[in-house]
Amino acid sequence: MSFSIKKQAEVVVVDVEGQLIVGNRQELKQKVLDELEKGEKKFLIDFSQTGYIDSSGLGVLVSLSKKIREQGGELRLANLNDDLHTLFELTKLDTLFQISDTRERALESF
Amino acid sequence: MAESRVAFDLQIPSDVEFIEGVVELARQRCREIKLSPTKCSLNVPVALTEALSNAILRGNDATGGKHVRVRAIISETDLVFEVVDEGPGFDVEECTVDCTTPENLTREEGRGLFLMRQLMDRVESFRDKGNVVRLTLRRP
Repeated sequence: MSFSIKKQAEVVVVDVEGQLIVGNRQELKQKVLDELEKGEKKFLIDFSQTGYIDSSGLGVLVSLSKKIREQGGELRLANLNDDLHTLFELTKLDTLFQISDTRERALESF
Repeated sequence: MAESRVAFDLQIPSDVEFIEGVVELARQRCREIKLSPTKCSLNVPVALTEALSNAILRGNDATGGKHVRVRAIISETDLVFEVVDEGPGFDVEECTVDCTTPENLTREEGRGLFLMRQLMDRVESFRDKGNVVRLTLRRP
């Protein structure tokens, strides 16, 4: 499991490879907060290479969304597979996040 | 009563770093008994991760030196996971929070038990040489 960060257009894009769970959620949180502190405002998390997400991982996404919004920024999500869509629907987090089918669509939406 | 067999019986140190390995083993067993792809890739991994992290962080209070035992039992009708920690136990019904209400939707925590109950057919907690959380998934 790992996270890679790159800048695409004006957006910080984070790829989550493997699981986003209790054991690694802090790493993701810190990486995004570091970029936020540098003044970045637009964030996209891409889940095309993600296996599953647990409640801690979902909690980190909620927390990051709040912190980014407080700084006048935006967090969007892309490429959730069917299982991850189900997870977001079960928890109604699909109503809280702007979710795009592809990275391109998400980038265009900013 | 349906015949059952123990698919694995492990004792792991009380550390979240061990969760992924146990979950991968559980997924292998799920594939072997031909559970649906969604059960193998979503229901079991997420529910078992929740039970293990609850055991490590709450039951064992994230204290080093403690252990968590996890067993998988397969019968013709059910797949059962039992996660045992050294804590005092809890009431599943009482502790479950509906994380989908407007006031809870933006909370960072409180989705673990809710997800376990959504993804498994039955979730129970009881005392038996430690606090046991039993997750049951009916086989098709």
